[in-house]
Amino acid sequence: MPEILFYVFAGTAVGGAVGVVLQRNPVGSLLFMVGTLASIAGIFVLLEAQFLAAIQLMVYAGAIMVLFLFVIMLLNLGHDYRADLKRGLGAFLAFAVTGALGGLLVGQLGGVGENPLYEYLPGPGELDRVFAADGIVGAIARPLFTDYVVPFELVGILLLVALIGAVALAKKGG
Amino acid sequence: MLTEALVLSAILFVIGTFGVLVRRNAIIVFLCIELQVNAVNVSFVALSRYLGIDGQLFVFFVMTVAAAENAVGLAIIISIFRHYQTVDVDNFNLLKW
Amino acid sequence: MTEFHPLLPGLIPLLPLLGFLGNGMLALVAGVRGAAELRAGAGAGKEKLGELAPPPWMRGLPSWIGPGAIGAAFLLTLMNFVGMARSGLEAPAIVRYWDWISTGGIRIEAALQLDQLSMIMMLVITGVGLLIHVFSVGYMREDPGYARYFAYLNLFVFFMLVLVMGASFPLMFVGWEGVGLCSYLLIGFWFEDREKADAGKKAFIVNRIGDFGFLVAIFLLFTSLGAVDYAGVFGAAPELLAYGGSTATAITLFLLIGAAGKSAQIPLYVWLPDAMAGPTPVSALIHAATMVTAGVYLVVRASVLFALAPAGSATVAAIGAATALFAATIALQQYDIKKVLAYSTVSQLGFMFMGVGAGAYVAGVFHLVTHAFFKGLLFLGAGAVIHSMHHALHATHKDWDAQDMRNMGGLRHKMPVTWVTMGIATLAIAGIWPFAGFFSKDEIVWYAGAARTGGYGALFTALWGVALVAAVLTAIYMTRLMVMTFYGSNRTGEREAEHLHEAPLVMTIPLSILAVLSLFGGWLNVPASLQESVFGGFGLLPMSDWLERWLEPVTELAQEIHLSHAGGYATASPLGGGAVLWAGIATGVALVTVGLTFRSVSKRGIRPASESGAPVGVVRGLLYHKWYVDELYDRVFVRPLLGASRIAWRWVDQILIDGSVNAVGSVFKALGWFGSLFQTGQVTTYAFVLTLGALAVLGALLL
Repeated sequence: MPEILFYVFAGTAVGGAVGVVLQRNPVGSLLFMVGTLASIAGIFVLLEAQFLAAIQLMVYAGAIMVLFLFVIMLLNLGHDYRADLKRGLGAFLAFAVTGALGGLLVGQLGGVGENPLYEYLPGPGELDRVFAADGIVGAIARPLFTDYVVPFELVGILLLVALIGAVALAKKGG
Repeated sequence: MLTEALVLSAILFVIGTFGVLVRRNAIIVFLCIELQVNAVNVSFVALSRYLGIDGQLFVFFVMTVAAAENAVGLAIIISIFRHYQTVDVDNFNLLKW
Repeated sequence: MTEFHPLLPGLIPLLPLLGFLGNGMLALVAGVRGAAELRAGAGAGKEKLGELAPPPWMRGLPSWIGPGAIGAAFLLTLMNFVGMARSGLEAPAIVRYWDWISTGGIRIEAALQLDQLSMIMMLVITGVGLLIHVFSVGYMREDPGYARYFAYLNLFVFFMLVLVMGASFPLMFVGWEGVGLCSYLLIGFWFEDREKADAGKKAFIVNRIGDFGFLVAIFLLFTSLGAVDYAGVFGAAPELLAYGGSTATAITLFLLIGAAGKSAQIPLYVWLPDAMAGPTPVSALIHAATMVTAGVYLVVRASVLFALAPAGSATVAAIGAATALFAATIALQQYDIKKVLAYSTVSQLGFMFMGVGAGAYVAGVFHLVTHAFFKGLLFLGAGAVIHSMHHALHATHKDWDAQDMRNMGGLRHKMPVTWVTMGIATLAIAGIWPFAGFFSKDEIVWYAGAARTGGYGALFTALWGVALVAAVLTAIYMTRLMVMTFYGSNRTGEREAEHLHEAPLVMTIPLSILAVLSLFGGWLNVPASLQESVFGGFGLLPMSDWLERWLEPVTELAQEIHLSHAGGYATASPLGGGAVLWAGIATGVALVTVGLTFRSVSKRGIRPASESGAPVGVVRGLLYHKWYVDELYDRVFVRPLLGASRIAWRWVDQILIDGSVNAVGSVFKALGWFGSLFQTGQVTTYAFVLTLGALAVLGALLL
């Protein structure tokens, strides 16, 4: 069952991603992106990251995408989708390079038996022990407020700076 | 499921990259960058099943930083739009002296 | 006998340096004011320029700071001298201040050395320097660059003191270069005049040639002895350097190049006559009394090395004798009063070189001291004459040369003090008993002949003859100068003659003091051989042989080396006869020469410069044109060098070097242009290249 669900979510994620790239209408792209993000949230659940899945839905698919939508509508870009996608040599080169990159990555990551990376992995079940001890949220919260408390605080400051910066940048006549 | 998740991550990343390279609309380019970020997040989460909770924590930080980046980036786009009345990246060549 | 403790030796050079800073500040202020006046004057009309008088303090302060700093240094030197005289110092007192150069095998300290030799030099520099500074107050008072003048003069004294007080060859070199700089600055003091600025450059460049020799000698000292401080060098030299060996000879010859440059000896003497372009007190201080004697000081300081290299010493003596004769002949036919004195200085320096080359280091220093007295006096007297002439000619706007002796004449009635003092100096330099020059010059001439016992006997015999001839020539040209300037009828012009007047007190007092020193200075060192004779006052003169005994600790080692290898000095002259006889002959001949010259020049009808042409006759023309040496140097050295420089400039530099540099530059410019093609300024392109790079790195890692 999880395998089937995984493939379903993977399929929608990839499909959404392709939609994001190919859809001419920015609002359309955005909607495809929401779909992709939601699918990724589903995959997070399947990969035992339920907390992140929730955040992914709330913060990413929710708040951030709404921000994008606001900007698109603010700039009134919804109807100008003429020739937004490049064509010709540039597009071909981009396709070739990204294709080669994709082939390389997929080839390497897909070849389970040949990749020496996998030999060192202890195997799934590493998280079960932590979850059993602290619970799903607690498992993330404990290291976050102990080992990672300094980065956590720094990220808080970063957000504040970004907030101020965004206001300063977007201010009219600034 | 690890292999599959990593392959999915790779595919999403490549699609995002392709989008960055071929789209002209700065907002969509930005969106594609988010796609790349998410692709990497999938890898983190997939590997955290094997290597411990740290991977998930990293995803948490990535999301936060991405949020900050979005705020600033979109503000820049608004600022540019005010100046040029367009968000077509082909029209911006200020990165040249 | 108490132990000698140097009293604030560092303060002695520091005082003139402080004076330089103070006067330099004032000079800067004056310069800024002058520039402002120039700008204002350009608008107001040119005639206003000279009339804008500087404030009184601009005149007053340098008059006190300049001589004051030197006076304080002189007092301090005097106190140290008394302390040293009381203690009977044997080894030099070295005062160390800080590590100056400390790298690899070299360790040079900034240290001052006080011994009998540097003490004598310090006394001469600060003492004669003080008198000349005081004289300058009267001489330079009306010059717009008054503060600048004293700044340079103080700086000169500072460097000169560093030169003689430094405890190592490199420190001496610092002073050596510093006095060269000040000499350049002061020769070109009136730099608005192209000719004077050029004279400064000539002095600087010719000195540079000599400095190169000095520098090479220091390097040789370091490589062969491993030390460059006096104590180390003279301690190691007798053991490490073979007597008459090639290393010792090479070192002394390179030192000689340096000494010849600074002390204006053949072939590097050409700068000194041109150096007369500077203010006359400068000529007195730098180009007669102190700086030009630095070469003699160098030889005496390195006397151990010269004693080890008889060939080097003989070369020194030969060059000195040649210079003494050569310059004396030129002085015979010069009309510029300062030029005569300049060639006389070159000639007298030649005498000193002859003395130190013959191993008579004390005689060289002795002549250096007395020469500082009487030549300083002669230059200052000439300065007073020129000052007076200048005023007289200026009063009636006559454009005659104030320095040409043909325009003078009969000045003894107008300037009695100057006449008497210069007369004393003339008798002194001519070598007439009992004036200072008699004792010092006689000693040098005597030793030149007496040194024939060692190697190079024939050479020293010949030098003795040359020295006698040069001594006679000295009497001739000096008498000629005196007669043309002070005797006969005045040729300046009737209206101008009314304006001729004696110099003010501030100038005549230094003249008088120097006259006393010229008169009695010789008694410092009445040679032992003359002491009991009539010339030594039958042993009644005080301080007989004093300098000889005073300098003994410094020259002792060199004398020992000389005695053990070359043997003692001869007790009779090459033609027979003892010291007393030849002293009598010398002073007699000098007296007769002075008398004959006096008569013959007085009889000659001298016309003012504007009415007389160039001298007639081959010999006179040759001498008048200074043997055409300047022209020869111009053809042989200057012009080929200029030609070569032009080739180096036009072809080597502009085409070859610039061309190749530009070619390399264009290659990178082209590469840059090619690279700039990728800089589209578009984010997409950069992102694409970034992806390509990622692909390449990944591919290289994984495949």
